[in-house]
Amino acid sequence: MKQRGLAVYAFCALAFLHLPLLILVAFSFNANRFTVWEGFSLRWYQAALSDPQLAAGLLNSLIIAGIAGVLSTIIGTLAAYGMWRRAAPVLSGTLYLSLVTPEIVTGVSLLALFQGVFRFLHLHLGLWTVIIAHVAFSIAYVTLVLSARLRGYDRSLEEAALDLGASPWHAFTRVTLPVLAPAIAAAGLLALVVSFDDYVITSLVAGVDSETLPMVIYAMARRGVSPVVNAVSALIVVGFSVIILISQRLQNQ
Amino acid sequence: MALFFLLPLVIVFACSLLTRGDYGGVEQPWTLESYLRILDPLYLAIFWRSLWIATVATALCSLLGFPLALFVARAGKRRNLYLQLVLLPFWTSFLVRTYAWLFILRDTGLVNTVLLRMHLIAGPLPLLYNDGAVLLGLVYNFLPFFVLPVYAALERLDPALAEAAADLGARPWPVLWRVIVPLSAPGIMAGAVLLFIPCLGAYLIPDLLGGGKTVMLGNLVQNQFTTARDWPFGSAASLVLMLLSALVLAGLVRSRVARELL
Repeated sequence: MKQRGLAVYAFCALAFLHLPLLILVAFSFNANRFTVWEGFSLRWYQAALSDPQLAAGLLNSLIIAGIAGVLSTIIGTLAAYGMWRRAAPVLSGTLYLSLVTPEIVTGVSLLALFQGVFRFLHLHLGLWTVIIAHVAFSIAYVTLVLSARLRGYDRSLEEAALDLGASPWHAFTRVTLPVLAPAIAAAGLLALVVSFDDYVITSLVAGVDSETLPMVIYAMARRGVSPVVNAVSALIVVGFSVIILISQRLQNQ
Repeated sequence: MALFFLLPLVIVFACSLLTRGDYGGVEQPWTLESYLRILDPLYLAIFWRSLWIATVATALCSLLGFPLALFVARAGKRRNLYLQLVLLPFWTSFLVRTYAWLFILRDTGLVNTVLLRMHLIAGPLPLLYNDGAVLLGLVYNFLPFFVLPVYAALERLDPALAEAAADLGARPWPVLWRVIVPLSAPGIMAGAVLLFIPCLGAYLIPDLLGGGKTVMLGNLVQNQFTTARDWPFGSAASLVLMLLSALVLAGLVRSRVARELL
């Protein structure tokens, strides 16, 4: 009896978690502009795909997420490996602190850093400041995933390679790196998603020419009713779900 | 890491001690004025409000999340499937999830349209731009933060303990309250802290769902750095926000609970 009550409740809770997104996706296929169902239509997808602002935002987001994803994966992997080789309480403490720091604080402090640098160098906010900011906050996620993987990694594998005459560099690239490869790929995909999704930090450090997709969506959502936003959102939801599922598969390998 | 994270914080700390410049930058002399301004009743009210909303959101999530975690932990073979179902929406875009509620709750949104068509209401209900909408957004977005650690604690719990209590004559509710809840307390505490911190620093949710009315700490910081161009005050406010988060976290780490958990 009690079990059944719990199951009914859990079903409702899961519905609460999933329904808003399902509704959002469903209404992206609505022929009517308003929230009244009129019939199936792909017109909002057409409108979304032909919107120049959305296209520019998407391009910026892809460039940023691509570069920041690769850079943060490399740095994050090396950081996790370093922390695994030798305990670095300050580094790992900083890492965890950066994970729980409110995004808005990370954003304004990076903005302050950039403005401080600009006092000496005559530069201005743009795509590159967004990339640096994204690398800064993605590293922690990469390191977290890699650290979890390294915890289960047998140290003696690398030691054996060293005993057999491999240089530390060789032992790392030929023995440890192949073992870590799935976890690195998983962490990279996670970094990609985290970077692609960010609005708060990006909006603070972006220049006039570096509007990302979330910034365009935010502006559209602010302006009011537009099923185009639903269509874009639906595409993002599907894209993210696929990437995350792949990432989790890789992590569990 | 140190370059990207600690250095910016140091700069913000320096900013918070400087004076606001005429064109928005920071200037000498050094002063504590920004910190004193936080004590202004207007800003203190925002602090209390943020703490209050984060507390209510945490309480709501605990009530809603614990049974869900219990269900997943007891699901046997299908555990992983249910866990995935809890986490999947969490991995889709934060902005999109918040927009979904905007779509459902606004005046021409789904709820109001349906109710109007059924002639249950005369005009659209003001569902958006209030504390309730912000709380809903926070609970919806951060519920998995709570469910995950509680699930981890419950999963490690030996089911024999609950069975023993039941065999000794305890009814289901006392078993829950006196056996299961106390034994999973570390997970509940960890979940509550993991939930409280992002709620306290939330910016996007109060911005989109709360409109201009529900100003929280995150919005104050953003506003000072952009529209108001008062960097010293914005810096001071963001450091106080950071300090509050760190204190809550330190409280967890130093408690008995963390030692059991790690």
